[in-house]
Amino acid sequence: MKLFRMLGRSIRDAIKSVIRNFSLSLASISCITITLIIVSVALIASFNVQNFTEAIEKDMTIVVFLENEANEDDVKKVEQEIKSISNVEKYTYQTKQEVKEKMQEESEVFNAVLDNWEDKDSPLKDTFQVKIKEITAIKNTAEKIEKIDKVSIVRYGEGMVDKMVKAFSSIQKITYGIVIALVIVTVFLIINTIKLTISARKREIGIMRLVGASNLTIKIPFIIEGMILGLFGSIVPVLVTTYGYLAFYEHFDGYLYSKLIQLIKPEPFIYQTSLIIVGIGILVGMIGSASAVKKYLKI
Amino acid sequence: MDLIRIKNVDKRYKNGVTAIYDLNLAIEKGSFVFVIGSSGSGKSTLIKMLYREEKPTKGQVIVGGLDVAKLKNKKVYKLRRKLGIVFQDYRLLPKLTVYENVAFALECIGEKKDIIRTKVLKALEDVGLKNKVHEYPGNLSGGEQQRVAIARAIVNDPKLLLCDEPTGNLDPEKSMEIMKVLESINKSRGTTIIMATHDKEIVNRMKKQVITLKDGHLVKFKQKGTYVE
Repeated sequence: MKLFRMLGRSIRDAIKSVIRNFSLSLASISCITITLIIVSVALIASFNVQNFTEAIEKDMTIVVFLENEANEDDVKKVEQEIKSISNVEKYTYQTKQEVKEKMQEESEVFNAVLDNWEDKDSPLKDTFQVKIKEITAIKNTAEKIEKIDKVSIVRYGEGMVDKMVKAFSSIQKITYGIVIALVIVTVFLIINTIKLTISARKREIGIMRLVGASNLTIKIPFIIEGMILGLFGSIVPVLVTTYGYLAFYEHFDGYLYSKLIQLIKPEPFIYQTSLIIVGIGILVGMIGSASAVKKYLKI
Repeated sequence: MDLIRIKNVDKRYKNGVTAIYDLNLAIEKGSFVFVIGSSGSGKSTLIKMLYREEKPTKGQVIVGGLDVAKLKNKKVYKLRRKLGIVFQDYRLLPKLTVYENVAFALECIGEKKDIIRTKVLKALEDVGLKNKVHEYPGNLSGGEQQRVAIARAIVNDPKLLLCDEPTGNLDPEKSMEIMKVLESINKSRGTTIIMATHDKEIVNRMKKQVITLKDGHLVKFKQKGTYVE
């Protein structure tokens, strides 16, 4: 009961104070708004980058071509050796015949050309398609497989994909940097706002201390005030995030440039992002006001 | 039993000024004590140490069983709830009514509404302001404002009431009114009162215990004393 009484009082005081220092509150709220919009764009971008980086990595396959003269026994031996490599997650085996059929399915031109080929003069090879656990060790694993007897060529998706993933990850780092800098600036602005409301209520705080209000009782209204500023500041960013991403997703039909870069489906992604943004807003407000009050409460 | 015990206390401010030298005092429960001395004698410093606005540099200050010097910042409120404080400048909140000003002290410590009501009305009755409950401090005379401040200080039934020059802003007639209020609180509630003042007239008329300070030294501690320069 006592807790609820105190909490009710604190919330009332906080709202009063936001209204009383309206212009400064508005300044803080706008700063939080701008920060959070950028934070939300950065969040959405980095979640998407992470999403398709993972998708690409999952898709990375080592293709092992066997030599032409390999017979069934040789294939079994190679299979055993591939199985024994610790980084191999799973593999599939395709005979020349299967490869041929698959290629014929994919293209009419191949279909016509390949139809006349007999097995013995087919240029195609038996292949293993190997998925691995640890992408960073892909080069190492590929080299190991290459050394196995009767293996002719080993190929994996190096090059372009690799560069793309690297580029995205550096973009991600830069956005993180910007976000952190903005959050710090906002915290300072909130500290100043709360300091002003504190100095407007200095007399009241002095009396509260004299009559035996605990430090926590004095602090809580200001912390709630900071949280309110954060909450108000996150309204616009949440709307921008939700509707902005929905529009973006629909405009691009769910992927960017190629089917390889899939966007995250809006639901429940936008709700999660909104929640994170509101959380950051409230937290920033809280941290700012708590550190502002701290300096004023030393007796 | 002693409510306050001060042992070998030195107080030296950060700017190098020493306000109190080797002070030893014991004040009994229920007593009414004046602390007198010219400005700079250490009266205010002594009062401030009693409510932990200042910490002694050396020695021990014990108020109602709490060692004030060792009290952590976070725990100061425990001491403050045991005592009431009255200042020369009243320190009322201008936007609150008389009732709200007194109730504020209890709201801050989370008291229940109906208890607040009974206690506030009792305190305002004790200081003779029951008919001005809904006035704002700005509409009251200095003497009345000080009585509101006293009501706020005693509303939580403290064992100790500290007064730092409570009559400093008032004319002699109003001052005597305040003194009557304080004396009746001392008698009816049994509250220990320590009052710093340099008003000779008051000290001589009240005939209470007197602590005389000079340049930070204790000169005299007399029962039924008078003001001595």
